[in-house]
Amino acid sequence: MSAPVITHVDETPAVTSLRRKDLLGIADLAPDEISLILDTAEAMKEIGSRPIKKVPALRGKTVVNLFFEPSTRTRTSFEIAEKRLSADTLNIASASSSVVKGETLADTALNLEAMQPDMIVLRHPSSGACHLLSRICRSAIINAGDGMHEHPTQALLDAFTIRERKKRLAGLKVAIIGDLLHSRVLRSNIHLLTKMGADVWVCGPPTLFPTDITRCGVRATSAIEEAVADADVIMLLRIQLERMEGAFLPSLREYFNVCGMTEARLRRAKPDVIIMHPGPMNRGVEIASEVADGPYSVILDQVANGVAVRMGVLYLLAGGVEHETAV
Amino acid sequence: MKRLFKGGRVVDPANGIDGVHDVLIDGDRIAAIGRDLPVDGAAVVEIPHGLVVCPGFIDMHVHLREPGQEHKETVASGAAAAVAGGFTAVACMPNTIPVNDDANVTTYILAKAAEAGLARVYPIGAVSRGSKGALLADIAELKQAGCVAITDDGHPVATALLLRRAMEYAGMFGMPVIEHCEDPSLRGDGVAHEGYHAAMLGLRGMPGACEALGVERGILLSELTGSAFHVAHMSARASLRAVRKGKEAGIRVTCEVAPHHFTLTDESLASPIPYDTNMKMNPPLREAADRDAMLAGIADGSVDAIATDHAPHHYDEKKVEFDRAPFGIVGLETAVPLSLDRLVHAGLIRLPRLVELLSVNPARILGVRGGSLSPGAPADVTIVAPDLHVRIEASRLRSRSRNTPFDGWQLQGGVAATIVGGRPVFINSDAGLAV
Repeated sequence: MSAPVITHVDETPAVTSLRRKDLLGIADLAPDEISLILDTAEAMKEIGSRPIKKVPALRGKTVVNLFFEPSTRTRTSFEIAEKRLSADTLNIASASSSVVKGETLADTALNLEAMQPDMIVLRHPSSGACHLLSRICRSAIINAGDGMHEHPTQALLDAFTIRERKKRLAGLKVAIIGDLLHSRVLRSNIHLLTKMGADVWVCGPPTLFPTDITRCGVRATSAIEEAVADADVIMLLRIQLERMEGAFLPSLREYFNVCGMTEARLRRAKPDVIIMHPGPMNRGVEIASEVADGPYSVILDQVANGVAVRMGVLYLLAGGVEHETAV
Repeated sequence: MKRLFKGGRVVDPANGIDGVHDVLIDGDRIAAIGRDLPVDGAAVVEIPHGLVVCPGFIDMHVHLREPGQEHKETVASGAAAAVAGGFTAVACMPNTIPVNDDANVTTYILAKAAEAGLARVYPIGAVSRGSKGALLADIAELKQAGCVAITDDGHPVATALLLRRAMEYAGMFGMPVIEHCEDPSLRGDGVAHEGYHAAMLGLRGMPGACEALGVERGILLSELTGSAFHVAHMSARASLRAVRKGKEAGIRVTCEVAPHHFTLTDESLASPIPYDTNMKMNPPLREAADRDAMLAGIADGSVDAIATDHAPHHYDEKKVEFDRAPFGIVGLETAVPLSLDRLVHAGLIRLPRLVELLSVNPARILGVRGGSLSPGAPADVTIVAPDLHVRIEASRLRSRSRNTPFDGWQLQGGVAATIVGGRPVFINSDAGLAV
């Protein structure tokens, strides 16, 4: 089995494998593990540029993509990553699973386990669903988004994209703007960026602030001008169209007026600012089309890098599985 | 038969007693209490040094699940858990299936309790039919059948008007209204305390203000009606503040706190086991300032009672995603060790105050016998072993359910024996007592 060559050399990672069976969230990762994943992803990205985009690293491994929420981007990205690593993949979406027959998540997982997969990639609407699986499954569990908790591969691909453009994470001012309260992308990014030494600002209306969010080392403001000022990176979060229910927002139009990312607001940021969005975007709500399609936008780079980062995660965790079963 | 408990420390705050006394039981009654009582044909039980004889503990807030959810608990298994936990009596909430809104249900529960023959069981009736919040239940019939209070516990009484009427009506029989205090709109679909830990774990929150609004509503209506109002499972510091103010104003408000609310905080949502569904209950584990306020209220007398909110759930029901798991934990068999360890050994209160919280005040609030060792009182006695080191083991609980967050905890303080109506119904072989 050919291991990918690590090409990124200016920061030699302190570790060569992840110290865990699962990837449940960024909260559990040490900075050296984050660096290892990002470095591994660089090697993986090279594979995607080859005419034959396939390596045998996960040959003979079975990966189940278990998705209990609709997802196009993340599921496709994982599936391409798995196929490029030669894994046998299986997609299960909630509508076609036994869940509609009343089976519990634990029973679904144990039934899948009985067929000896090596990894389960789980997307689930309940925060902590991956932790539940982690406790009862032998397979490696990869969190592809759990409720409002974490979406670790998204934060990793965001970091990869930032590092690609800025060559570093430490010391950058990153402004994250939007529906902070309901966003798993926010939580994973806060963990990752603060661990790697970035200066993180979060911004949105107070109705969408998680309680005591500043306790995790970020600065919070509802003034978008303050958040954007001299920012190196601006990351916008999706505003769910149903947030007027629950009285979080009066209207999408008003949200755009107060917190929407416009070209005028963008001018307060650094001249080389990059604009990110995890998707799916609501044009004219959290982001003006001119910004999304403009020269600062790296939104499609994020999508491209998602495959490389997920290949890196799968590759590293597969090594972990081999190690565990050898014991 | 007569039994003479000889030579132990007796703590009977209702009679101002704290010292070495003998307690004579004749049949199902306390016959005498005093120094060096004559044996006079009684079976003598020597109380080893270190054990303490107390009036029987009363848990005024438990869910026994029968009728309707016998896979979680039955009256018999709940009563067995009660006596193993040192409780000679429990008051059971009406949210059974069917709801205890009808004298037939009350009678059924009492028949099951008599059959079990362990702890005394005091049913609490529903405020409204089906606890649905529309029409009053037949409260007089519930009272006649044996209910000692009314509540729509599980959720608050639906409207202020209905709560007012319930207080006025139940006041006619001297029954307190017990309220699960909560503003439903502010609670929303919350599953944990709204604080930093829930925020980082992505769990929907319910703030302390949500409970305090319900407490304030009840206190205002108690003032309006002059009827007794009891706050169930109080957890938020703003609720305690409201209770203190109400008491200062002379309003008939009382409150209870559960051991998990004076022991744990919302930090337990994250560690040691993230998303542990045995850390999920309503009201939720709150932040340290709330937990500390509950401890302060216990110490300064603002809190009237310790009650467990014993809420058994089958392990299948808890082995699900956190937001889908039912609220509640079992508490009957962990309350006394937690109280001794966290309150008495921590230096917060002394034993007589603990006996007030666990026995004297619950009896007074519910208007039931017990709470003292006065001659003529029922011979309900809890003998505690304050220095006994106990290890909580979920697999050894008498309850039919095992949903405790305290599995594996080592605590100082346990139960030596439980005596109901003169009959020893639980003896802890580790405590060195031969009854």
